Amino acid sequence: MTGPTAEETSPSAGHRRPPLTAALPTGTALVFLLPAALLFGFFVLYPMVTALTYSLYSWRGTSQESFVGLGNFVTLFTAEPYATQVPRAFAHNLLLFAGSMVVQNSVGLLLAVVLHRRRRFKRLFQVLYTMPYLVSPLVIGYLWSLLLSPLFGPVNALLKTVGLDALALPWLGNPTTALWVVVLVTAWQWVGFPLLLYGAALGGLDHSLEEAAELDGASARQRFWHITLPLLTPIIGTVSVLTFIFSMEAFPIPYALGGSTGSPAGATDVMSLLFYRTAFQSGSSNAIGTSSAIAILLFLVIFGLSIAFNKWFRRAERRLF
Amino acid sequence: MATTLTAPGTATTTNRPATPPGRRTGGVRAAATSTLLWVYAAVAILPLLTMVLNSFRTNQELVSEPLGLPAEPSLAAYQEAWIEASFSTYFWNSIVVTVGSVALSTVVSLLAAYALARSRSRLMGALEQVFVSGLMMPVFLMIVPIFYLLDSIGMVSTRTGLVLVYAAVSIPFSVFVLGTFFRQLPGELEEAARIDGAGPLRMFWSVMLPLVRPAVATVVVFRFVPIWNDFFYPLILVRDRTRYTLPVGLTTFFGEYQTSWSTLFAGLVIATLPLVVLFLLATKQIISGLTAGMGK
Repeated sequence: MTGPTAEETSPSAGHRRPPLTAALPTGTALVFLLPAALLFGFFVLYPMVTALTYSLYSWRGTSQESFVGLGNFVTLFTAEPYATQVPRAFAHNLLLFAGSMVVQNSVGLLLAVVLHRRRRFKRLFQVLYTMPYLVSPLVIGYLWSLLLSPLFGPVNALLKTVGLDALALPWLGNPTTALWVVVLVTAWQWVGFPLLLYGAALGGLDHSLEEAAELDGASARQRFWHITLPLLTPIIGTVSVLTFIFSMEAFPIPYALGGSTGSPAGATDVMSLLFYRTAFQSGSSNAIGTSSAIAILLFLVIFGLSIAFNKWFRRAERRLF
Repeated sequence: MATTLTAPGTATTTNRPATPPGRRTGGVRAAATSTLLWVYAAVAILPLLTMVLNSFRTNQELVSEPLGLPAEPSLAAYQEAWIEASFSTYFWNSIVVTVGSVALSTVVSLLAAYALARSRSRLMGALEQVFVSGLMMPVFLMIVPIFYLLDSIGMVSTRTGLVLVYAAVSIPFSVFVLGTFFRQLPGELEEAARIDGAGPLRMFWSVMLPLVRPAVATVVVFRFVPIWNDFFYPLILVRDRTRYTLPVGLTTFFGEYQTSWSTLFAGLVIATLPLVVLFLLATKQIISGLTAGMGK
């Protein structure tokens, strides 16, 4: 275990001078790695692999019965209630993504741009905007269900006070408004996240281009649309992909606002709730097989579309620069 | 809600001045941006403030005056939540699980990140890829197998089971952040330590660890928040009420105390309090850590 042999074992013979980093011998490194590898292997890798096999078998309660190939996936699209609920829940997830992109990311970008040039209270605003993001999404969901309560809710009271009585609705009781409440509450909680990422990106930009454009007489708006925004393409790409992943996995806010069945009338149902119901509440004898198929399907969609998004943004970047 | 939607509207007016930036429009624009920033600050903070204020009021006050301030601030709601609704139990479980899993994952990730950063073997490179791939793994995919795994070793409904699971799922993020830091440290430090006769463990403990303290703080804060807030794992892995963490406790509590609104508000405040303390202690870490490794 003595160090000095490290250089000999490292594959850097081609270097002219000894490398700056002192390498650990592989044996020692493996010992250091062991505790993390054990934990990760047991509780992450092994469950990942078994989840895949779970989805390919039919189950009777907790006992694996027979190999059914893609049978469980076929069930999702042909047997009720899945044939109705899977497409509906998926559509709600997509709407949540679209809503987050429009509301949360554009408000986040706007606030980041405005905040970027400011010195006074900059940190204070960052802290205030980030507060909702730190609070548990479940707490946020329950908080808004209380604030929007038709019985005593301060939101409707406020709307009435300012003369908007027509807007004092039972927001969470109505199927058409309930999903929008989920979208807006999610966006409200998350604004701080794109704000900080865009803020960091703006801080790292080379501002000489904008200054040159300013000298050439470009207006603030022209400079934003034609210079700043294109320069932000990489970070907008990153934020979009992350927003997509979070939207697809949304669970605590829909759960707190609409319960595990996505009430009213399934209007706030999303994939994760459907998965939860199937796995732990359906009482179906093949609960494990069907729920694992939902999980795999969700994973494939998230993984596949994230990669597609990434590629698309990379290409957009290359076209720009 | 409605105010959230006004924010973009206010924005277009701030961007509107099409005249080149002159000194005269500067004042107007600065005032407009200030207004926008304060309006959104209100949108972000008022709901949270309402939560805190309403927890000090009584149900009658809430119904008769939904927008009022606490006339005679009362701690009755807290007493009810803390004692009768078992929040003291949930709180203690959350503390044990969060502190335990963050500590465990940080220690094993420090060792692993150091090994990965300072080894040049190809095997270690491949192992690092395996760890980092964990960043992409969705919880839904793993939860059913994890449940049966814990069941088979008798750890469903135990705090130890939750600690092990949370520690394991934290490893990808922690190894990623800590590895980035270890790589930035100059190797000469270890070479000097080695000449002085230090072995790998001593080198790690006495030389490297003090240097990565800022990264450790980032990792601790950044795993504490999501684990404290997490709801999905304990919802499924904990069946025994005396082992509920705060978020799972909240779900049953909301079913049982449906009309005792001020108690519900108090419960939400209790669930959030440790994060406020953490935030006050580590604002800088949180703000800079949120953007760590993503700002590029």
